Parts: sequence; C-alpha cells; structure tokens
Amino acid sequence: MSDLSRQRGYLRDAWLVILLALVFGGGLAGVQSVLSDKIAENKRQETYSVIPELVSGADATKTVELLIEGRNGKAARVYKVTASDGTHKGWVLPADGQGFADRVEVLIGLDATLSTITGLYVLEQKETPGLGDYITGETFRSRFRGKPTDGSLTVVKSDPQADNEIRALTGATISSESVAAIVNAALANMKGPMQEHGASPSEDSGLAPTAPEGRGD
Amino acid sequence: MKRDGPTALERFINGVLPENPVYRQLLGMCPTLAVTNGMKPAMTMAAATAFVLICANIIVSLIRGLLKPHLRILVFTLTIATFVTIADRFLAAYMYEMSKQLGPYVPLIIVNCLIISRCEICASKQSLGVAAADAVGMSLGFAAALASIATVREILGSGSWFGISVLPAAWPGWGIMVLPPGAFLTLVLLLGIAEWMSARRRRAPERQSETESECSLHGHAH
Repeated sequence: MSDLSRQRGYLRDAWLVILLALVFGGGLAGVQSVLSDKIAENKRQETYSVIPELVSGADATKTVELLIEGRNGKAARVYKVTASDGTHKGWVLPADGQGFADRVEVLIGLDATLSTITGLYVLEQKETPGLGDYITGETFRSRFRGKPTDGSLTVVKSDPQADNEIRALTGATISSESVAAIVNAALANMKGPMQEHGASPSEDSGLAPTAPEGRGD
Repeated sequence: MKRDGPTALERFINGVLPENPVYRQLLGMCPTLAVTNGMKPAMTMAAATAFVLICANIIVSLIRGLLKPHLRILVFTLTIATFVTIADRFLAAYMYEMSKQLGPYVPLIIVNCLIISRCEICASKQSLGVAAADAVGMSLGFAAALASIATVREILGSGSWFGISVLPAAWPGWGIMVLPPGAFLTLVLLLGIAEWMSARRRRAPERQSETESECSLHGHAH
C-alpha cells in the first residue's frame, strides 16, 4: 500500500518534468530535422576547403564523393582525391566518435595506397577550452602526419619511440586518446573496403553522386 | 493578482545598469572573458544568450503556478538546455564560421548563472510581462557589458572594431589583449572604473549634506 501511494506521490511531483522533457524533446527533434541538411552541407563545404591541406597536390574540384560499405556493414562517405591532371592522389575519410565532452568529428587524409596518414583535420569538437580543444591545433594534428596505417596508433605521454606512437596533449590525454581511437576505428572499418574499391576503379560511377562542381569536363 | 515585486519597468531598468549582470552581479564570467576578443563573437554570444534568457523566462513564468519547489531547478535547467540547443543548431546552420569560432561556449550558455538566476528570482515568481521585461533588460545589460569589454580588447588588440580597421595601420596591435590575459586585464579595469563611478555617485549626496550641515553648524563661528 505504502509503495503504491509513494509511487503516486512521485508522479504527482514529477509529471511536469516528464511532460516538459517530452515536449522539449519533440521540439528539438523538429529543429534538428529542419536544420540537419543545412549543417551537413556546411560541413561538406568545409571538407572540400581543407582537402588540399590533407592530401598534398589535390584539386578539391576534382574530388569524387563515394559511398563505400565498411566492415560494419554500413555505407560510409569517403572522398577520392585527384590532382588536377586526373592522377589519383589519395583519400579523405570522415570519421567520428566520442571525445571527452561530446562527439568529435575528424577528417583523415590518406595517400593513394592507404598506407600512410597524410593529414588530420578536426571538423567538430566541444572539448574543454584551453586543454582538449588544442586537438584542433596544427601542433597536435601534425603528430598524425606520416603515420603508417598497418597497425593501430597508440597515445604516449613522452616523445614517441615507435612509428605508431602519437604524443598526447598535456592535460588532455583523454581528448588525445579519443582522436587516436577514432582514427583507429575508422581505418579498421574502412581501409580494407577502400583498398578493394581502389583496386577496381570501374565501380567509380554507379556508387554515389559526385561532387557538385566536380568532373565538369 | 497582487503586485508581488518590482514592476516590469523597474525590472527592465534594473537589468541594464543598476543590476548589470556583469558589472554589478558578476554573473556570466565565462562568456564575458572567453568570447570578448572581438565584437563579432561577443555580439553573437550576447544575441544567443538573450534568445535563451527571454525564452526561458517566458516559459518559466507561464508554468510558474505548476512548479514544485524541490523540482524547480530541474525544470529551469531543462528549459534552458532546450533553448541553448536550438541556438547552437541555428548557429551551426546559418553562421557556421561563427559557430566554429565560439565552439563549446554556445553549449556552455546552459551553465550561465545569469539565466538560471533570472528564472529563480523573477520568472518563477512574477507575471509574463514582468518576466519578459526582466529578460530583455538583463540581456541588454549583458550585451552592453560584453560590448564594452570587446571594444577595448578588439581596438587595442587588433586595431579594428567589428572587423573594420579603426586605428592607423601603424598600430602594432597589442597581442595580449586578444589573448586570455587581455580579458582579465580589461574586465578588472572596467570593473574598477564602474565601481569607482558608483562609489562616487553614492558619496556625492552624503558629502553634499555633510557640507551643508557643517555650514549651518559652524556658520556663525567663522
């Protein structure tokens, strides 16, 4: 009896909180569905603007956007990067995962054979200002440049001894490890399928729409 | 309904200067220090905060009769978080560059004590009109405070205002004003000036009455 009345008491107290949570949740879902396309388009434009920085010699207007099925069975967006004369220069692989505070979204630049990381760019993060948000800085991002993709990257707190070691940011070990984990997971998931795709370039056409201003000629 | 507190006009005026959130209440220090290195980010932050504050005050005032005392902070936080998320998504969609520049400081509006204190002090106790006037006044006060700090920092640090060059090109640009120490220095200086001015204003009538009474006391002696 007392249990039942106590439960009724909880509901009498909390109904407003529950109702507001439902109403606000619904409202936010609406806002997200209206704005998500616009936000995704903003991110795509930023991606195109940093492609030359991620893969040297790239011509962003020649970049082809592909959908490749990863090991986890889900189709993921990748960018096949070409120079202005049409030679295949490398890849840009978008990836995301949990950071210290919120989700972190990165772009991984890879060479044409997918054996080396050629660059890293942080597209979105909400890490601690003054500590974790230094993952967006050139100092940290450059530590990934030239790293091999055959093993997984490890974060160390001293100067790297081995080829697959990345030095953590001081005071932001979790943010540093998160970025490394995101890169590792994305490569483990996508490297094989991307290599297969690269080996049979005839599949290029049917898979996905190409860049809006790409392949004009 | 009985009148149970300051009127809408009083609330509005209080927010702008006499109870200025930054200079008198020292609330919202995180955005005050973090995003005032230029007028553009400062005014975007002021607008986002105003949007959240006005919406939260209106909602809280509308449901104030239903609030349970021990769950009210939860309801305030829920309401504030909702509007902060809307502001954050809106910036990401329509002001992408600014949204990247402000980074985590937009979601951090949730923990800006200015907003929750207005919900607690005013909106949960007073009618819609008073709560809205209070929110608008406080928002204007907050915007004015951010603008004053950002003006000093951007002009001295970058020689510009709203990105438009205002000092001759020969101006070296005091880098420190754009960096975090510049925020503390500027805030302390402006806060000191504000304190000094209000202390002088408080003293002025006293001194006047003192002089008058001295005159009347010693008038005959001299």
